[in-house]
Amino acid sequence: MDMNQYLSMFIDESNDHLQSLNESMMGLEANPEDLSIVQVIFRSAHTLKGMAATMGFEDLASLTHQMENVLDLVRNNKLRMQDFIFDTLFKSIDALESMVEDITGGGAGKADVTAIVSSLQAIVRGEVPSAGNASAEVTAAASGNASAAQVFLDEFQYSVLEQSLQEGHQVLYVDVAIRKDCQLKAVRAYMVFDLLERSGEVVKSFPSVQDIEQEKFDYGFSLYYITQKDASEIQKMILNLSEIEAVTAVALDQESLRQMGQDTAAATAEAPAPAPVQEAAPAAAGNASPAASLHPKEENGKAAPARAGGAPSPSRTIRVDIERLDVLMNLFSELLIDRVRLEQLASEVQNGDLTETVEHMGRVSGDLQNIVMKLRMVPVDTVFNRFPRMIRDLAKSLDKKVDLIITGADTELDRTVIDEIGDPLVHLLRNAVDHGIESIADRVAAGKPETGTVQLRAFHSGNHVFIEIEEDGKGIYPKNVLASAVKKGAITQEQANTMSDDEAYQLLFAPGFSTAEVISDVSGRGVGLDVVKAKISSLGGNVTIYSTPGKGTNFSVQLPLTLSIIAAMLVRLGSEKYAIPLSSIVETGIVKQAQIRTIHGNRMLEFRGSHIPLVSLSKIFSVPDYDESTEEETEIVVVRKGERLVALAVQDFIGQNEIVIKNLGKYLPEVQGISGATILGDGQVALIIDPNAFIK
Amino acid sequence: MAEDIKVIVFKLGTEEYGIEVEKVQTIERMMPITRVPKTYSFIKGVINLRGVVIPVIDLRGRFGIEEAEHTDQTRIIIVNVNEMEVGFIVDSANDVIDLNRDIIDVPPDVVGGIKAKYLDGVAKIGDDRLLIMLNLSEVLNKSEIVQLESLEG
Repeated sequence: MDMNQYLSMFIDESNDHLQSLNESMMGLEANPEDLSIVQVIFRSAHTLKGMAATMGFEDLASLTHQMENVLDLVRNNKLRMQDFIFDTLFKSIDALESMVEDITGGGAGKADVTAIVSSLQAIVRGEVPSAGNASAEVTAAASGNASAAQVFLDEFQYSVLEQSLQEGHQVLYVDVAIRKDCQLKAVRAYMVFDLLERSGEVVKSFPSVQDIEQEKFDYGFSLYYITQKDASEIQKMILNLSEIEAVTAVALDQESLRQMGQDTAAATAEAPAPAPVQEAAPAAAGNASPAASLHPKEENGKAAPARAGGAPSPSRTIRVDIERLDVLMNLFSELLIDRVRLEQLASEVQNGDLTETVEHMGRVSGDLQNIVMKLRMVPVDTVFNRFPRMIRDLAKSLDKKVDLIITGADTELDRTVIDEIGDPLVHLLRNAVDHGIESIADRVAAGKPETGTVQLRAFHSGNHVFIEIEEDGKGIYPKNVLASAVKKGAITQEQANTMSDDEAYQLLFAPGFSTAEVISDVSGRGVGLDVVKAKISSLGGNVTIYSTPGKGTNFSVQLPLTLSIIAAMLVRLGSEKYAIPLSSIVETGIVKQAQIRTIHGNRMLEFRGSHIPLVSLSKIFSVPDYDESTEEETEIVVVRKGERLVALAVQDFIGQNEIVIKNLGKYLPEVQGISGATILGDGQVALIIDPNAFIK
Repeated sequence: MAEDIKVIVFKLGTEEYGIEVEKVQTIERMMPITRVPKTYSFIKGVINLRGVVIPVIDLRGRFGIEEAEHTDQTRIIIVNVNEMEVGFIVDSANDVIDLNRDIIDVPPDVVGGIKAKYLDGVAKIGDDRLLIMLNLSEVLNKSEIVQLESLEG
């Protein structure tokens, strides 16, 4: 069978699954006991395996198969997630990604993954190197419990328990076994909880309350309990209930509790009935989550972990080749042109019915235009979703603690911009974690929390989308930047003395400029902020730095909503019409011949206190039927490239318009001073002026 | 017997030329052309062909023949070669004929003043009709144009 026709589908879907694997793994790492996430991961891996096997990518299939073996043990509670397993699984996902990349590039998806496979197999055999094992045993011993069952506490629960101890309450670890012939074990369990809650509070149970409710446990469960009563008293109380096989209640002291808190997720334990540990019992001291109730709300309990596991929201979509959308756009612009013609004809004919119909058609096609444009819009999420994993790896390799907070991931941008913006953002994020966020020791010394925060924000503003990367790191000192620039000979000491802070920050974008004292593995690969700036500029965007020394830095990237539609000023030169992108226009005006001076043979113009060159568009473009030199007064458009300004002489301003950018075709890839073409309402082609070409 | 090919026949002055029909997208009547400054003189500009911007070449100019006034007969032949869409302005285009490859001869060194490299061959139809088959890749080859321009400029 010819598989080529399925290849692109395979690649698309594989990438989706890999993304979902990455996201789910991140979610699982944050919440290692949530087995529902493991289910999501397992399903993705399983689908991937099936697809790869069908397509004949054996290496891919066998690696996913090994991953599945590990995940299978985890989801069946035979294995507990821990750092080593996470790292191995992440490595596996990386290997899968590079295989899929290879396939995308036309390769066979082969890769040497023996090391990873043997690691995975070792995990399956139970040979897990674990640093946490030793202390786990201590904890088990401290609890004096024969059962190896462990209940892992999160930070919050741990602090609740610790506080209770300090306030003189008893903290008990209670292990309850129900008789094997018990008919309604959930009811028994409920009775135990009910009893316990009369004289204290259950902070955490294992399995979770929801699972116990749904009889998702064997014949035993354990819990942490705060009370005033003695351990033996509690033991007796529970044993008084019928169908209870055995109860052990152990009082914990500060020391054993501390060890348990540290061991969270670090130990392997053959728990009799481990299952996802969700929330503490509802009555848990100060626990703010009302959702976890002993009684109904099962829906709630089920739905929440599914969402946390990164399951995609059920929006229904289809994949469309971007070229088909381009065809749709072209057809649509034709329709618009016809509409303009129809409107003209209707106004000449003066027939009421006709005018009405044409007006209605105008409204419908206006709505249609909006929809067509929206089809090309993609949420920035598609770029952002790979960053959590990247930041995690980066923070680990730099031995820093970093939280990445993403907001506005649903902000939409044109597909053409989305495709280009990934690399600059990667660079800025790396920059933020590497140069911005301090080491843990430095942060503590500066009185900041150990964990640094990187905020990645996207939002709409007017005709632009802003993407901001803000961290609470050490900030940028303009003085240091200037000193470094002087040292490198980029500017002189005199220039440095007169530069404002903003100008100093702009120096960071100069080629070959880096303030990093030490070149680390992460940055310093020869790619500087100048490349970021150039890329963003080429997209018609802009980067700005705001920094408060000692407090943090904000890189703000301003991007156009789309590359295919821009606001432009239409101007006339004789019989020809040109469009000048509004984004580079500073202002328009009229100058008298007398105001134009010649300096060194160049025509200059005084503009706001300085002299700027005046460029004759009609001469440069050799316009046949217009020459401004004979005019008494000349209309000018002042355009900007960075700090430099140039005035372009034109004949008339026609007005501002939203224009659809088209290229000049493959035969004319580059024409000096022209960046593309657009089709005007009357069907005529107007050329788009590239103002940058006039500014050296 | 070699196969038959379908050929679009068009005129420049008195000469008749042929382009294989697969390479021709459409034949359009003359339409408004937007001049593109700073490019070769034979590129007349760009047109809006149903929403797509396409450059238009005056084939007379390209071959160094004196350019002519556009008439009712003037046509723009849109060709698609090497993924490039280009329009050729020709004096007229009004025939499609079947041609047997056998009757296409290797071009003589000079045919009607046009460099032989632009030609694929010459077909003799009937007694007095000569059809010049164009080598479109060469006609659209720009590296050669650059050379020409720099020589002239």
